[in-house]
Amino acid sequence: MRREEVGEVERAENEKQLVEFPDEHKERLLMSGVDLSGKERSGSFIQKDTQILLALARHAGLEVMPIAEALETHEWLAEYFWKAVPADADAYTKATHREKEVKGVFVRAKRGVKIPFPVQACFFIASEHTAQKVHNIIIAEEDAELHLITGCATPEKFGSAVHIGVSEFYVGKNAKMSFAMIHNWSSEVGVRPRSAAIVEENGTFISNYVCMEPAKSIQMYPSALLVGENALATFQSILYGRGNAKIDVGSKAVLAAKGSRAEIISRAVATENAEITARGEIVGNSAGVKGHLECRGLLLSSSAKIHAIPALRASHSDVELSHEAAVGKIAEEEVRYLMARGLSEEEATSFIIRGFLSIDIKGLPPKLASQVQRMVQLSAEKLL
Amino acid sequence: MLEIRDLAVEVAGKLILKGINLHIGEGEVHALLGPNGSGKTSLIMAILGFPEYKVVRGSIKFKGVELTSLTTDERVRLGIGVAFQRPPAIRGVKLADMLILCKKTRQKKKEEAGETKAVEGELLDEDVLNAAKRLKFSEDFLRRDVNLGFSGGEAKRAEILQLLIQDPDFFLFDEPDSGVDIENVELIGEVINEMLQRDKKPSQRKKSALIITHTGFIFNYVKADRAHVLLDGRIACSGMPDEIIRQIMEEGFEKCVRECLTKENT
Repeated sequence: MRREEVGEVERAENEKQLVEFPDEHKERLLMSGVDLSGKERSGSFIQKDTQILLALARHAGLEVMPIAEALETHEWLAEYFWKAVPADADAYTKATHREKEVKGVFVRAKRGVKIPFPVQACFFIASEHTAQKVHNIIIAEEDAELHLITGCATPEKFGSAVHIGVSEFYVGKNAKMSFAMIHNWSSEVGVRPRSAAIVEENGTFISNYVCMEPAKSIQMYPSALLVGENALATFQSILYGRGNAKIDVGSKAVLAAKGSRAEIISRAVATENAEITARGEIVGNSAGVKGHLECRGLLLSSSAKIHAIPALRASHSDVELSHEAAVGKIAEEEVRYLMARGLSEEEATSFIIRGFLSIDIKGLPPKLASQVQRMVQLSAEKLL
Repeated sequence: MLEIRDLAVEVAGKLILKGINLHIGEGEVHALLGPNGSGKTSLIMAILGFPEYKVVRGSIKFKGVELTSLTTDERVRLGIGVAFQRPPAIRGVKLADMLILCKKTRQKKKEEAGETKAVEGELLDEDVLNAAKRLKFSEDFLRRDVNLGFSGGEAKRAEILQLLIQDPDFFLFDEPDSGVDIENVELIGEVINEMLQRDKKPSQRKKSALIITHTGFIFNYVKADRAHVLLDGRIACSGMPDEIIRQIMEEGFEKCVRECLTKENT
């Protein structure tokens, strides 16, 4: 077969798979913010197991393509590959580095272009015992604006699988990038995202992470390196752990340039036998930098565990770093207050938990922010 | 409306209320005064049914219904509302959410009493917004997490606002005038006066209240029908509010009680 014919057969096969996507799986994807109809999305990338079903950019100045294709098309991309995340960082990065065929998405907003709707990327594991390793590179060039929503999911009832995602984010001068990642795994899946962002002068990087569905174990420690003056990074995570989930999620911001700022906010709820470790680290080694860490944990059962580990490292005298961490059970007083307004004890408890999980989703375009909020509330309602 | 007979309440194993007798009729506003630690707040908590306050003897009847076996929310839905002295902050729950709750409770009470059919409407409607304006809250303020970082005056006004919307038949006020500046006390007093229908003719008043106060300031704005002095877990004396307050101001709690030891309320 000629190359074009192979390409066509592949495309037809991919389209068929998209059309035949089972409804329950579509639901799972919607819960992760991925709409297969592409409504209000400037670009779409759908990968199922190791197969890339769709890579589409709908806006001039936006590129969305499989990473392998991008590496072939742009020689300069090789410089960005493994630049923010070192290939030998750990066993997972090494495993991904060893893959002969690189899978994952490349998204680029070109200089000065403001992409109106979010770009959605979906990583779906449909076959049990799959090890899905992806390497993604996301670039917002100087003065550009890019919003990304990444949904990672498996069908609800699913056996074991592993997802390793290496993501490198590059935010250029004056550029703005926001990123919402929603995990909807199932209880036998192991997840190891490895990501890092490099933010240039006046650049803004905002990361929102939501995980309400249990995975077997999740361990991730995304970081942002602020190399340009007045750069800004915000990490927010909402975690709900149940069953026997082991969740170790943290973020790190290195304020390496004058005037750079970071905010790390997390909310964790643990019930049944779940164990959540919520880390946060801000490193200030330049003049005039500001950083704040806020971590709150809610324990709903006597066998659940939450470890909040905030860390501030200052090696310059002109820094302002602060943190607050609080872990505890639901305050009786608050339950009584709501009961005194007419709610039953159960209703009051749910009300408080939903309130606890509803932080302002910052930095995302309003529609996306409210979509994420709604998904958090819907998941919470299902659980409570 | 509220009838308390020989009520004894224990908190953490210690007897705090030692046999309270109190009768508040429909349309009546009673004041409760007493030194710190005498059990005033405990009485409110016992009426609401907070589990830390164990009723070891006696009964609390509201509209003829015995409350001691009901949960807090069951009691509230019968028509009881409370303004707390130091309400807790709840992150993620906005003042607007609380107002919606109060509105729902008011609607439920009306439905249960057969007064109105269930109405699906915009809960945060004109009525609620006007009430908020009355208590000097901007729409922006309603989006704040309830009681989080509120000043003393804001917290007290927010409690009154919730009651204004809930519109219960029996109001419990725990020190609505403490820690608040004169302007706020005036506003709160005016609104309470209105909620309790004090400007109507006595025979037309349907709302009752028990107001705990330490200073008596609130009575510059709200006319009470009767005052009681709680001393060491017992109602030591009762009488006309003006008289009682004057005696307390002039001679302190003990002397006031000594003056009316023979006037113990039965």
